[in-house]
Amino acid sequence: MTLNNTIVNEKIQIRDLNLHIGQQHILKDINCRIPEKKITVILGSSGCGKTTLLKSLNRLTDLYPQVKINGSVELNGQNIYNGIKDINDLRRKMGLLSQRPAPLPMNIFNNVAYGLRISGRTSKKFLRYRVEHYLKQANLWEEVKDRLSAPASSLSIGQQQRLCLARGLAVDPEIILADEPTSALDPISSQTIENRFLELKNYYTIILVTHALRQAKRIADYIIFMYLGEIIEQGEASEFFLHPKHDLTKAYLRGSFN
Amino acid sequence: MATRKFRKQEETFFIYLMRLACLSIVVVMGLILYSILKKGIPALNWKILTTVPEGGFYFGGEGGILNAILGSLYLAFGATLIALVLSIPSALFLNVHLRKYTRLTNIIRLIIDVLWGIPSVVYGAFAFSVMIWVGMRTSLLAGMITVALFITPIMLRSMDESLKSVSNLLYEAALSLGSTRSEISVRIFLKQCIPGMITAILLSFGRAIGDAAAVLFTAGFTDNVPTSLTQPAATLPLSIFFQLSSPLPEVRERAYAAALALTVIILIISVSGRLISYKFTRNDTK
Repeated sequence: MTLNNTIVNEKIQIRDLNLHIGQQHILKDINCRIPEKKITVILGSSGCGKTTLLKSLNRLTDLYPQVKINGSVELNGQNIYNGIKDINDLRRKMGLLSQRPAPLPMNIFNNVAYGLRISGRTSKKFLRYRVEHYLKQANLWEEVKDRLSAPASSLSIGQQQRLCLARGLAVDPEIILADEPTSALDPISSQTIENRFLELKNYYTIILVTHALRQAKRIADYIIFMYLGEIIEQGEASEFFLHPKHDLTKAYLRGSFN
Repeated sequence: MATRKFRKQEETFFIYLMRLACLSIVVVMGLILYSILKKGIPALNWKILTTVPEGGFYFGGEGGILNAILGSLYLAFGATLIALVLSIPSALFLNVHLRKYTRLTNIIRLIIDVLWGIPSVVYGAFAFSVMIWVGMRTSLLAGMITVALFITPIMLRSMDESLKSVSNLLYEAALSLGSTRSEISVRIFLKQCIPGMITAILLSFGRAIGDAAAVLFTAGFTDNVPTSLTQPAATLPLSIFFQLSSPLPEVRERAYAAALALTVIILIISVSGRLISYKFTRNDTK
């Protein structure tokens, strides 16, 4: 463990990424690396482009009208904006956890089984076993094991978010993209999610978008700090919090940010 | 304070206005039902529902309206089916595949809205001229296609409105799981919108079975029950019209029996549609 921590493999490398929507310049010259099997936190105030940056990683930005993207995002050394064969394969490699949970219109079991079914795994025994496994991984199994056939929308919002986590893990991703996943949750549910992340980072690369400084302090290994579409500062979390270099970072950390 | 008093009066005024509006709808509905029931029930009997018109039916002769009941049902079911086959893929295409092309979809929606606004008699006239051109005679099939043409915009736009309400969040979540667009269409959008889909089908079915103008030249009218798609077919609205325009009071009374039959058919279809929709939504969604 200690030895592994010192060796950082890059999972994603972003080079000169620029993103325009219409006339608006949303992401400006983004250059960064995202280490494998760590928690990378994209930190910044609202409207600074952190969600857009996150969505450009699994090309959900393709859904924006009038979007124009330059530069490259390399996943395992391959540019996802050039010469990618199957975009669904790319997206399957990255589980997404959004601000508010969006359970599929099905029961709890089928929400988790959905990803397995569309990738062709339909054996009932296999599905039951995997669904249980992922629900346990998301720390939800004990609460739902007796009502797996209840609609997912009958769960509380905190439970729904954990269900979405289980659903995302079930497609066996390499990366977890989390877009302020705890902003709609109560403190206890938020803590559950954070604790899950700290465990899951042993198996997955986690990229978390947040504006909550304290959350970043609690779980980040690596920080990317953004302001108005630009990366202001990035680096190891300990270094970032102890010795911020840029004035904007210092102001943000002090909480005197306008 | 004067403003507080004014706001209270304003609130009271609007509450009474809303009550009055709702009440007038209920009263008009009640009056229509009352007049159909009052005049229809005395004329209604088993024979009128189960026999076809005999000679001189429209001058008070023996017989019934089975031809029109079955003709209307065949026509409405056929037309709804054709419209369904056209509407579901189009509505899904608009909302799943063309989701980000908002300008294009708005133009398409505008066109469909215009088509919705065209009166059915125009569709009838259009279809009739096409029929003459290709040498087709009045038939059940021609009627079905014509009716399908004018209920498709209704069905399509109603489905579209329902599918439009699916959140981007859900769409993105489904994409992130690696779903293809067709998987998203069928497993998520359709599933989420079953009540809206059923409402759209019911709305179009009601229009299909209630229309007289589009079928007059295309399906024709006959005293027989059609046994193939190429035969002409009678319909209830036309049957009501022919009987109502009779100078004989007993024939006019039978028109109300036909109106009652039409109302009951629509009622049965609507209620069963609601039940199906309820059954589907109870288990899996909220």
